[in-house]
Amino acid sequence: MTDLAVHFEGVGKKYRHFTLDDIHLELPTGSIMGFIGPNGAGKSTTIRILMGLVHQDRGSVRVLGHAMPKDQALAKQQIGFVSEDLRLYKTATLAWHMGFIRSIYPTWDQAYAEQLLRRFDLKAEQRIKGISHGQRVKAALLLVLARRPRLLVLDEPTTGLDPVARQEVLGELMEVLADDERTILFSSHNTLDVEQISDQITFIDQGRIIDTGDKEGFLDRWRRIRLDVPAEVAPPVLPGVMKAGGSGRLPVVTTNRFEPAMAAAYQHAGVTVLAVEPMTLEEIFVANVHWRREGGIS
Amino acid sequence: MDMHSHLVISKADGRPMYLQIMEQIKQRIAVGDWPRGEEIPSIRQLAVALRVSVITVKRAYYELEREGVIVTQHGKGSTVADGADVSPRLWDQELAQHLDQVVRLGTLLGLTPEQLESRLRDAANRFTEESS
Repeated sequence: MTDLAVHFEGVGKKYRHFTLDDIHLELPTGSIMGFIGPNGAGKSTTIRILMGLVHQDRGSVRVLGHAMPKDQALAKQQIGFVSEDLRLYKTATLAWHMGFIRSIYPTWDQAYAEQLLRRFDLKAEQRIKGISHGQRVKAALLLVLARRPRLLVLDEPTTGLDPVARQEVLGELMEVLADDERTILFSSHNTLDVEQISDQITFIDQGRIIDTGDKEGFLDRWRRIRLDVPAEVAPPVLPGVMKAGGSGRLPVVTTNRFEPAMAAAYQHAGVTVLAVEPMTLEEIFVANVHWRREGGIS
Repeated sequence: MDMHSHLVISKADGRPMYLQIMEQIKQRIAVGDWPRGEEIPSIRQLAVALRVSVITVKRAYYELEREGVIVTQHGKGSTVADGADVSPRLWDQELAQHLDQVVRLGTLLGLTPEQLESRLRDAANRFTEESS
């Protein structure tokens, strides 16, 4: 028995205009991973490989202990996947979809499904084509949640939702996590959602994982430091300091390896530290992407 | 018991979420909402109720345990520490934060520590006069 729900090792996939390169991912059972990247970064390709929908050229993928894509039939019994295109039949009602899924998956929980109908403010008798985008997203989520899968894989689940619907969805994802045997991986470019509920965070850009780790670690390591550098003083070059902004006398540096000793090192060199500021996940993500694109290594 | 639903996390508050959780738990304990020796929500229960990451609540509990405010027994959950001495500590922390802020502003204004000291004494005198 493994305690990793998802494990990618050295996974690669080459397309004509895009390469997914050397992907390593570890998602412990019982946690949520937010998978963040700009459009076209490789989020959906990675998720498709995870689901066995796209076959990797190299590397190994294990999902709930099953080798992918070889054992995908077994794995998929226990995975709930909501893709961006939702895959609902427009002319059918939500009730029809519920009956259909129920007939395929023995783990379907009808009482929970009815609870979700109320919490998501959905009507089972409505046809999919007659409801809004937000309601379709919630309908698709209901259909996978009520199966109580051990792993939920959600491609951009909160994109296009209004604030009320977003909080309903995030709340429901947290309810899933009340059971520590269940695991969620969701991709998003909404860093606020990821910051709120994720335990693990992975940044992807241009087909490569540029950073991965637990959220608290991320938020702890990154700081923006505002300095006051007198004209005659040359500011020291400290490890992990990546970007200088601001004007000549008042530079602002960003670091991904903050420790209190850094402030002391600046003071020691005659530089005044005006402020040490925590950064939001969004700021960390953008700084990280720019830094890596300019050739930075950790 | 639905005692965790009282905590409310602010997203506009600039401080990290784990610090907000710590502070609110200390306040519950200080006012007696969460009595000493009493069991408190599990990490997962509180995370679900607040809709924040399990790892964030775990961090808050870990820090609270290090401060001696709660006791976590592996596999048994967490309780408020018998000797949890919360209120003075809470004010003390707030004071430390304000002092840091004073020093920062003082540095910006180019004040020496001696000048800061005398300003602080002035403020203390003013406060005594006003409240007498």
